[in-house]
Amino acid sequence: MHNLTIAELIKGLQSKEFTSVELTQHFLDRIDSLNPAYNAVITVTAEQALKAAAAADQRLAAGDAPDLCGVPILHKDIFCTDGVRTSCGSKMLDNFIPPYNATVVENFEQAGAVVLGKTNMDEFAMGSSNETSFYGPVKNPWATDSVPGGSSGGSAAAVAARLAPGATATDTGGSIRQPAALCGVSGIKPTYGRVSRWGMIAFASSLDQGGPMARTAEDCALLLNCMASYDDKDSTCIDREVPDYTADLNSSVKGLRIGVPKEYFSEGLHAGTEQAVRAALAKLEEQGAELVEISLPNSALSVPAYYVIAPAEASANLSRFDGSRYGYRCEDPKDLQDMYCRSRAEGFGEEVQRRILIGTYCLSAGYYDAYYGKSQQVRQLIQQDFVSAFEKVDLIMGPTCPSPAFKFGSKGDDPVAMYLEDIYTIATNLAGLPGMSIPCGMVEDKPVGLQIIGNYFDEALILNAAHQYQQITEWHDLAPAGVAS
Amino acid sequence: MSIERQEIEKLATLSRIAINESTITEVSQRLSSVLGLVDQLQAVNTEGVDAMSHPMQATQRLREDEVTELNQREALQATAPETEDGLFLVPKVIE
Repeated sequence: MHNLTIAELIKGLQSKEFTSVELTQHFLDRIDSLNPAYNAVITVTAEQALKAAAAADQRLAAGDAPDLCGVPILHKDIFCTDGVRTSCGSKMLDNFIPPYNATVVENFEQAGAVVLGKTNMDEFAMGSSNETSFYGPVKNPWATDSVPGGSSGGSAAAVAARLAPGATATDTGGSIRQPAALCGVSGIKPTYGRVSRWGMIAFASSLDQGGPMARTAEDCALLLNCMASYDDKDSTCIDREVPDYTADLNSSVKGLRIGVPKEYFSEGLHAGTEQAVRAALAKLEEQGAELVEISLPNSALSVPAYYVIAPAEASANLSRFDGSRYGYRCEDPKDLQDMYCRSRAEGFGEEVQRRILIGTYCLSAGYYDAYYGKSQQVRQLIQQDFVSAFEKVDLIMGPTCPSPAFKFGSKGDDPVAMYLEDIYTIATNLAGLPGMSIPCGMVEDKPVGLQIIGNYFDEALILNAAHQYQQITEWHDLAPAGVAS
Repeated sequence: MSIERQEIEKLATLSRIAINESTITEVSQRLSSVLGLVDQLQAVNTEGVDAMSHPMQATQRLREDEVTELNQREALQATAPETEDGLFLVPKVIE
């Protein structure tokens, strides 16, 4: 059952080939036996899952159940789950049990999806390797000496290892697409404002966006149908009807204009990655798509702009963690200042502290205009690049990240080397555009991701192109050793 | 661009993060390396470019001024480190 896609699982559940309880137990058993090798899941909610599965079976028996009824999924541990620890990968929230569900969690619950547990992640979603998690790194199922990517590395590794057919994730600078690429799964970051951020622990509020991960584009479409919604409780959510993302999956790509940004194929791109991505583009061209060389001249500025904006917003968002109302409090504080300073020094890991300090610096008196103000202007320039490009093309494609999964510790000493991992993904967050990564090859026995960027609210077109590519290729079907059997 | 020790201490105070004396040099080096990266921005000509705060230029929505939330004090305080009579307890501030 773990080799079936969500689309196939839905058919199986609705035609009573198997029950949700059977399916849920099967995945719980897999998590039990396989997860210790990957550390992808940090909380298992077996009891609640089986209860939800039994309820789903009743709904399925009564007929007229929603698509995802009875389908097991995992939630990234950044989404608040009522009564279930939500740690955000941090010691700060190791003891935090939210009294409410995030809107995304609520949407899946309403649909009858079964939550198996919560996935590991970089602390407060700050990282590209999952090495910053308080719960230890996630291992890439394709090569356990290598990183799964981050920050949604737990979700990506869990889907790759078939511990769940799908998982939720979030993307602030590439945190859905980069781990999806490194673990050989499909993942989409929707347009900013498409998925509610309510109950999703904030990192950089003007960039954060939730999205699904699964093995295929079709499965991502099914999950996004449930995940996307307008939500009054998120003031940046866009009030716009959610289309059926599966409706256009089968449209032909004939005549589709695909922009290929020359800046995404420059220095620093691994030769094997480039080859795989170019081959994928050629495949789509064979199907009748037209490749158009484009330029996104301000691409190189996206990393520096991001590393001002994201830490600045993080330093404000994370000020709420002060040991007063929830989360970690240090032992025996001698006064209020001591409680704040030590709770934060002991509760936050090194990378989180670094970003808070950087953010505080960029926002402090005398530096605000030079850093934050300047970055917000540069952001406008980056958006303009995309606006001009989308006058000529329908989608933009290129690599998701510069190279395949790197080894643990190999970028540990220099934060800047790690930051460059997101060089191709960050610009879409700055512009608020939707982007996706799908598997498109193997280099050194590790997966390569093809990135597909669309215009605002063009998730359906992205998913359509991805699905069409997956109809004529088998990269998304490959499984790491020992996982498929 | 490098950050002086004094500046790190000031940032740590502003951020309410206790910094270990022995790590200041390392923190300073790493912050300087990140600032070196973001300093690339200074060379960009942004004259006349508006700052972008939301990708779709959305503004905050307004709603009717009416009560929408129920009182859930007990549920919300259940995870607090210390409470008393419905209040969050912190170390004494005023002697």
